Amino acid sequence: MSAPTLPDLAGHFGRYGGRFIPEALVRALDELDAAYRFAKTDPVFQAEFRSLLSNYAGVPSMLYRAERLSEALGAEILLKREDLNHTGAHKVRNVLGQALLTKRMGKPRVIAETGAGQHGVASATAAALLDLECVVYMGETDTERQALNVARMRMLGASVVAVSTGSRTLKDALNEALRDWVASVDTTHYLLGTAAGPHPFPELVRDFVSGIGFEAREQSLDMLGRLPDAVAACVGGGSNAIGIFHAFVPDDEVRLYGFEAGGEGIETGRHAASITGGTAGVLHGARTYVLQDEDGQTKESHSISAGLDYPGVGPEHAWLHDTGRATYEPVTDAEAMAAFQLLCRTEGIIPAIESAHALAGAARIVPQLRAELGRTPTIVVNLSGRGDKDVHTAGAYFGILDPVEALIPGEQE
Amino acid sequence: MSISEVFGKAKAEGRGVLVGCMPAGFPTVDDSIASMIAMHEAGCDVIEVELPYSDPVMDGPVIQKASDIALAGGVRTRDTLRIIEAVANAGASVVLMTYWNPIEQYGVNAFARDLAASGATGMITPDLIPDEAAEWIAASDEYRIDRTFLVSPSSTDERIAMTLANCRGFVYATALMGVTGARKNVSQQAPELVERVRHANPDLPVGVGLGVGNGAQAAQVASFADGVIVGSALIRCVLDAPDRGTGLDRLRALSTELAEGVRS
Repeated sequence: MSAPTLPDLAGHFGRYGGRFIPEALVRALDELDAAYRFAKTDPVFQAEFRSLLSNYAGVPSMLYRAERLSEALGAEILLKREDLNHTGAHKVRNVLGQALLTKRMGKPRVIAETGAGQHGVASATAAALLDLECVVYMGETDTERQALNVARMRMLGASVVAVSTGSRTLKDALNEALRDWVASVDTTHYLLGTAAGPHPFPELVRDFVSGIGFEAREQSLDMLGRLPDAVAACVGGGSNAIGIFHAFVPDDEVRLYGFEAGGEGIETGRHAASITGGTAGVLHGARTYVLQDEDGQTKESHSISAGLDYPGVGPEHAWLHDTGRATYEPVTDAEAMAAFQLLCRTEGIIPAIESAHALAGAARIVPQLRAELGRTPTIVVNLSGRGDKDVHTAGAYFGILDPVEALIPGEQE
Repeated sequence: MSISEVFGKAKAEGRGVLVGCMPAGFPTVDDSIASMIAMHEAGCDVIEVELPYSDPVMDGPVIQKASDIALAGGVRTRDTLRIIEAVANAGASVVLMTYWNPIEQYGVNAFARDLAASGATGMITPDLIPDEAAEWIAASDEYRIDRTFLVSPSSTDERIAMTLANCRGFVYATALMGVTGARKNVSQQAPELVERVRHANPDLPVGVGLGVGNGAQAAQVASFADGVIVGSALIRCVLDAPDRGTGLDRLRALSTELAEGVRS
């Protein structure tokens, strides 16, 4: 596997990736690329980044042997606890890296797109820390569904712009952020939230979050004396997955599994599984797998998990899929919620619904791994985020939001 | 008439070329044909048909809304080709403006073939830069379709030279850093960009778009560029009109005003 040398200089992973963007953005992307190439080998930048990660974000996150979950699934399950990072997800790694780069480029302002609000909150956090102006674009539908995250971003000093065009969700927020950027590139960095979009974003975001996998690899060697049999992650845009996969790509004996949001089931058309339920096309600046109709118009995605509810996927995943190095499968809302509940009840950990897709997928592959290996398999699952933000959704799903009845004295047995 | 001939003729007459843009299928297929023919008859030298797309990142609110209406009405890529054919048959010079994904899904070579057959002479690609365009360059060469890529105030001299080398017919200079939509004033960056383009290639006509909405602005742009590209202001005539008749009247009136502008 030659993956670590990809993409090529123009950002291609095989036929995927590249730059399908207005000419107006080329110079900003070239500047970003140059700043990033420099930062990558600059010991000062790297030391600053490492220091922020360890002293501010709580990285490296621990690799936790989930005993009761392992027993329930018949496999040894190791959870990469990205949910314990500051802001509650792996995304803090990316925003800190990009915010530092923004300072390097001398730009005073960042813009970001957000779906559920997690990347928006993370961006607002990094902007507050590094004294940058921050504007977050969010679909109008999502600002209504995620009012608490809107309040969080505002508390952190960011402005939130509700986007009322198109389907009024994440993809439209991304369009609007790109439109802002076309007009503001001189002063503004677009802090893209996932390993997708035009070159160099897929590579740059991957590298900023790749600590997840490098840490997990080392932690596995310390804990097991060997590498795990499989690594599992959820895939929306795909940053947490590429973050944990990257270090393991050259290790042929480690199987890589990406679990997409199957929504109500691929066959219903109501899903967000771009690789397993989409086709190759161009969206938001890159060639990749896209949910689209036969004319190339983007279709709306559906998932119980707002963080996976996106009709595209990072181009490197498209490439890993086509080459067979990683396996992608859909996980339905119902499967994810069952896994969500299982983790709550066995480990006392409330996961993000996104991460619950990875848990459900890991549970599914246990029998085949056991058969292949002839022993109990060891699976590292990226617990990419915590579930605080999902309490309302999950509470409604399980029907447990009804008020608690007061115990009336005298009615006790 | 080919795009080069349109620009050549206007140059001989000592005036600018007026390019008027309208999304295909907005608000219906037949209405968009009527709008485009009205624009042609009222003085638009070139009709720029925009293929409606779900995620038009170079477009401001007016074109987004018109595209959404067209798509909600069920317009398909093949309808756009049919519309081009009708407008070309009415005697207009037609170019297509399209985001890249619909072309890739249709099949690049097949699309070039069918676009040429429809009577369009050129295609503008707002999100396809020459760096990613090898397949389109080959197909457009085979079917002799003029290629218009964009240059921007942020383009380096090297990129301007490279982009012009890949254009045929005319180059689209975006007057400002931003998306489509009428502005109060013509961008101050536009004359300088046109100058840089001319310096790189004095022979290729330059059309300037973004932010032009009335006759005075058209006159101003025509004073330093070969062509003036107007979209949002024309579309708004239809979008804001209480009924179709009024929309067509306003469209004719604005086209006439713009056509006078490029001649003043």
